[in-house]
Amino acid sequence: MLVLVAALVAAPVVVVVLHLLVSSAELWTHLAQTVLPTYILNSLALMLGVGAGVLVIGVGTAWLVTMLRFPGVGLFEWALLLPLAIPAYVIAYTYTGLLDYAGPVQSGLRALMGWTSARDYWFPSIRSLGGAITMLTLVLYPYVYMLARAAFLEQSVCALEAGRTLGAGPWRCFHKVALPLARPAIVGGLALALMETLNDFGTVQYFAVDTFTTGIYRTWLGLGQQAVAAQLGALLMLFIFALVLMERWSRGRARFHHTTSRYRHLPRPRLRGVAALLAIIGCLLPVVLGFALPAAVLANWAVQTASLDGHFVALVGNSLLLASLTAVLAVALALMMAYAHRLRPSRPAGAAIRVASLGYAIPGSVIAVGALVPLAWVDNTVDAAMRQHLGISTGLLLTGSIAALVYAYVVRFLAVSVNTVEASLAKITHGMEGAARTLGHGPLATLWRVHVPVMRGSILTAALLVFVDVMKELPATLIMRPFNFDTLAVQAFTLAADERLREAAPAALAIVAAGIVPVILLSAAIARSRPGQ
Amino acid sequence: MVIERRIKANGGLALEEIGHDYDGRLVVDGVSLAVAPGEVVCLLGPSGCGKSTTLRIAAGLEHPRQGRVILNGVVVSGPGVHVPPERRQVGLLFQDYALFPHLSVADNVAFGLTGQPAAHKSARVAEVLAQVGMQEYAMAYPHMLSGGQQQRVALARALAPKPRLMLLDEPFSGLDSRLRDQVRDDTLHVLKKSGVATLMVTHDPEEAMFMADRIALMQDGRIVQLGRPVELYCEPVNAFVASFFGEVNRISCVVRAGYVNSPFGRIAAPGLADGTPAELLIRPEALRLAPSDEETVYAAQVSAARLLGRTSLIHLCVGDPQGDHLHLHSRMPGRFLPSEGEILEVELDASQAFVFPAGDTN
Repeated sequence: MLVLVAALVAAPVVVVVLHLLVSSAELWTHLAQTVLPTYILNSLALMLGVGAGVLVIGVGTAWLVTMLRFPGVGLFEWALLLPLAIPAYVIAYTYTGLLDYAGPVQSGLRALMGWTSARDYWFPSIRSLGGAITMLTLVLYPYVYMLARAAFLEQSVCALEAGRTLGAGPWRCFHKVALPLARPAIVGGLALALMETLNDFGTVQYFAVDTFTTGIYRTWLGLGQQAVAAQLGALLMLFIFALVLMERWSRGRARFHHTTSRYRHLPRPRLRGVAALLAIIGCLLPVVLGFALPAAVLANWAVQTASLDGHFVALVGNSLLLASLTAVLAVALALMMAYAHRLRPSRPAGAAIRVASLGYAIPGSVIAVGALVPLAWVDNTVDAAMRQHLGISTGLLLTGSIAALVYAYVVRFLAVSVNTVEASLAKITHGMEGAARTLGHGPLATLWRVHVPVMRGSILTAALLVFVDVMKELPATLIMRPFNFDTLAVQAFTLAADERLREAAPAALAIVAAGIVPVILLSAAIARSRPGQ
Repeated sequence: MVIERRIKANGGLALEEIGHDYDGRLVVDGVSLAVAPGEVVCLLGPSGCGKSTTLRIAAGLEHPRQGRVILNGVVVSGPGVHVPPERRQVGLLFQDYALFPHLSVADNVAFGLTGQPAAHKSARVAEVLAQVGMQEYAMAYPHMLSGGQQQRVALARALAPKPRLMLLDEPFSGLDSRLRDQVRDDTLHVLKKSGVATLMVTHDPEEAMFMADRIALMQDGRIVQLGRPVELYCEPVNAFVASFFGEVNRISCVVRAGYVNSPFGRIAAPGLADGTPAELLIRPEALRLAPSDEETVYAAQVSAARLLGRTSLIHLCVGDPQGDHLHLHSRMPGRFLPSEGEILEVELDASQAFVFPAGDTN
């Protein structure tokens, strides 16, 4: 069972990687001479820019709210997570609407300064590589913030106090002890942010910054060159693989870093006057730019354009249907896999679970391409067989329906539910299982009567996280959706691509609203897990 | 063998040549053991000796790689046979009690009572809760109970379906020492009254001696010695068994004509060939001290003395026959605190001194 699920999840990746082997030399050279260098350079530039940005903002704000005290610090602790709720493509449309030539900022400046046309002044173009880096940084820094802050909080005060008694001042202590101790967590957060950067499609497509994801999309849908799209995907996987290694490596080192379990409040110096003001501004800017401002602008636009017509209701219905189907499936699969591994622990089963959790690292566009190839083959084979033997055409059973889409979602987001369910299952003692078994309940009855009720909260959390991820997902949805089947994310993307930014607002706002729920859950979980409280 | 034949006829548990490994690492190796109805047998041993695995095999939570498990005359584990735990009618009591946090005390106890009319169920729940003195807490939830109360509910839950075999996995180690004695006593009485065959795992020799009719002392997956507590204590088969039941003084020596020379006279070393390097183990209680006088044969000098409560521990310095100085411990009842440097007469109780070949297990 486990191996089957793992094989199904791994299939798209395997398909994509296999395309590297069946390379069509002609196309390959063509690619290498034309678009490939651009893709690689742009992707590298994006990673560098976003990486530097999220490090500065993420570690900086985490350090401010964990190590110091200033007015509003309690509020910032969770508010700094809020930008996670906004998908990068949504913030990109919003800022474009605000900052392009016709937007309120430039119009205001023109009115103020008496300029009449674009030739009279210089204004940075938001639709550029720099713009994409800024947008992605604004919504991805919370990954670094979250992990860096957790690492600062988890640090045993003993290590810091040992530093103090050895004659280092508080600042030197942070620099020499706290920061190196938190480095694995920071690297982990950085890896996550960079994976999301590589996964991003909506922002770079909208800003016309050509990267692997836009390349895959264009060669697949525009040029119909499936093999080339898959090969681009395989190249992208190399980048991802490097990031996964980086994340694993940082986690491996993290194990050594918890020397004692004694926690106390860190001695947090109180900031006053100008220092406090600077700290407040430092924390306020990411929250305002990454969440408050775009959300307010979206809300404003949505109020102007919203109409609860049948089309919008259908969009919401489609998004809800996909998200709930995937959430139920992903959680059920995660529960079955984790429980099966627990009942009969074995190395192959453990490996199968790890493989099944790999999807989260793989960009949606790669999964889409990798899933469509085998599914289309199945569809065609079934159709041909049915026509030959029964004289009926089944058409595109899988790729023509949402089945293919849900499959791709499950591949991509299974990791989210597996991690949550596994962590929760690990908290149930084996004794409880043994007790239920010896009291006459079989493995399934035990799962149903003991594990599921005890894990109810975590199961709901896992379902919710998957649900919201599906609501936000764009590239796989764009490539795999059945004809004329639109979701909120697709609607926001297509309207924005047609420069109808204001009309895209209701759909975008609905996605943001859904995205806030896991942020609240996250901050509650962090507050609960905080040692010494 | 008499016991085993009785078990096949009347019920109880028999383990036959059980072997088990985790990823190729042998954890249980040829364990054979029988528990008769109404009998309490303890699996005793240091952590990692395979005692808990043996218990899990008896419960059906693990399937042994070798050997058979026979419950009430029926093979429940063996080549090609594996009756899952839910169909074995065994009660299992855990170190952490493993109460279901989402169910009330009454629902926890009723958990194993399946396929019975509701009236029967609630009557049985009330009955076992009364047996352990917890009837007033039927509506409480596990997190509202103290450790001792949780332990009693867990016992009631395991007993409710009238199991044919009770398995106890370190059932008292979660309790603080004062509560432990009380709960241990109560549990023993409840088990004895119910007449169920009981197999218990513990690492505490005193607890094993308190609870068990028979003790199986395990080491490295094997049973080293199986017998009544008094047999293990007074007739240990090797140095490991002797030292497991408490601190011992160890003296290296060589066998000469069926004896070894100790600082306190010759000790018989039956069955050991002349010249065999041997080890003499003396329990501290076996070194009895008295003021020395002219007739003193064996003497020792006090290097320190401490009152430990019920007993006193005296550190002694003794010259051995080779002319070396030995550091030995003596334990005397009550308050016995000679001053440092004092010379005392030592009398050895030979029934608590054991000779084993050197290099024997531990």
